[in-house]
Amino acid sequence: MEYLYILILAAISLGFVMLTIFGSNLLGPKKSTKHKDENFECGVESDGDARQPISVKYFIVAILFVLFDVEVIFFYPYAVIFKEMGMQGFVAVLLFVAVFLVGFYYIIKKGILDWNYTSVELKKP
Amino acid sequence: MELIAFKSILAISIFTLGLVIAMYSTYFERKVAAFMQDRIGPNRAGPFGLLQPLADGGKMFFKEEFIPKEANTFLFTFAPGLAMLTACMTSAVIPWAPDLTIGNLVYKFQIADLNIGILYILAILSVSVYGIMLGGWASNNKYSLLSAIRASSQMISYELAMGLSIITIVMMSGSVSLRDITAQQSGSLFGISFLQGLNWNIFYQPLGFLIFMTCALAECNRAPFDMAECESELIGGYHTEFSSMKLGFFLFAEYINMFISSTIISVLFFGGYNFPGMHLISNPMLLTALGFVALMIKALFFIFVFMWIRWTLPRFRYDQLMQLGWKKLIPLALGNMLITAFVLLVKQ
Repeated sequence: MEYLYILILAAISLGFVMLTIFGSNLLGPKKSTKHKDENFECGVESDGDARQPISVKYFIVAILFVLFDVEVIFFYPYAVIFKEMGMQGFVAVLLFVAVFLVGFYYIIKKGILDWNYTSVELKKP
Repeated sequence: MELIAFKSILAISIFTLGLVIAMYSTYFERKVAAFMQDRIGPNRAGPFGLLQPLADGGKMFFKEEFIPKEANTFLFTFAPGLAMLTACMTSAVIPWAPDLTIGNLVYKFQIADLNIGILYILAILSVSVYGIMLGGWASNNKYSLLSAIRASSQMISYELAMGLSIITIVMMSGSVSLRDITAQQSGSLFGISFLQGLNWNIFYQPLGFLIFMTCALAECNRAPFDMAECESELIGGYHTEFSSMKLGFFLFAEYINMFISSTIISVLFFGGYNFPGMHLISNPMLLTALGFVALMIKALFFIFVFMWIRWTLPRFRYDQLMQLGWKKLIPLALGNMLITAFVLLVKQ
């Protein structure tokens, strides 16, 4: 039942967004010239486009995020019932955190989180 | 049926409130900046320049809607809409005021009382990364792409520490629902009776608050974490190519996010609608109104803090930002969580 209200809010927001996007599309002037339609590149002639490979670092960060976020989400059910679970549950979570930290230590030692280029070079095996 | 009508009205009011506050945040931001830099700030449109946001909004509507020829047209239109939509959706689970009972109907001033409130907010936050990412990618501009990748990588990094710092609050209240978290903070601080209504989580979790605040700044792409739009390197960031109301949506979404983050900080750490002296008020109507005002004052104060930080601190470097997020905040938040759990268990 409560999710119905979320749908109501979503409908209101969606209606507003659609109306505004279409409205401003109708209202503004339209005029296109060859050079105006090019991508902005600090006033110089644009060279190629942005469909190029990017640093793999960002990709690694994204993968690490997925891994660690799943572990963080596991803490939520524990946080809700940890009083009932008592010390025994706490020890279990300590073990879980230890595993978490081992992985964390590994990625730090690997230099994954070092964004300084030279230090990455130095740590290459 | 009455309840649905009430909730629809509530949803529309909260939505409008978000828009109005976001609009006036732009005005307020310029005034704060002017004050800090010893300038006057906008003062032409209307008394004290109060009509400035309306003039800006009106101008946005009448600007040309420009789409670069290399861009992906559908995603280019879709991304600002998505950014705006997700910004508006987060307000759904926030309890805005104490409940009001009229006749046999209980009016809850919360659009949806989800029992998974915090998870809902985290979920919507994750989706909001897509607005920026798609916007930057679809423009097919190198600067936009760089900015979008930086922004999304920053946002996901800080989401981890944010999630961990919220866990301590969940432990304090034993619930993931924002309603229960607020209710739990209505008691008296440390059991001292004249501190009634001050049982706020900030007094138990100062470190958690600092971590959460830092992450909130990073999630909103606000200075000192506004790597996504550092003008000197990336022109305008992920919205370089956007114009008209599409640009307006990106800017608006940022301010709405700021407002919602401030409200969430108030709810999680500063007692939500609870205020000292609350138990002395017997008129339920008045209590609801004052509760709402209390929450708004707290939220507006945090919006001011956001601006204060922006105009005080210089921008971080990208490697410093990632170092802070991963190597400092995550271990700190994890340690804070474990210590909280241990102390609460020993006290039990």
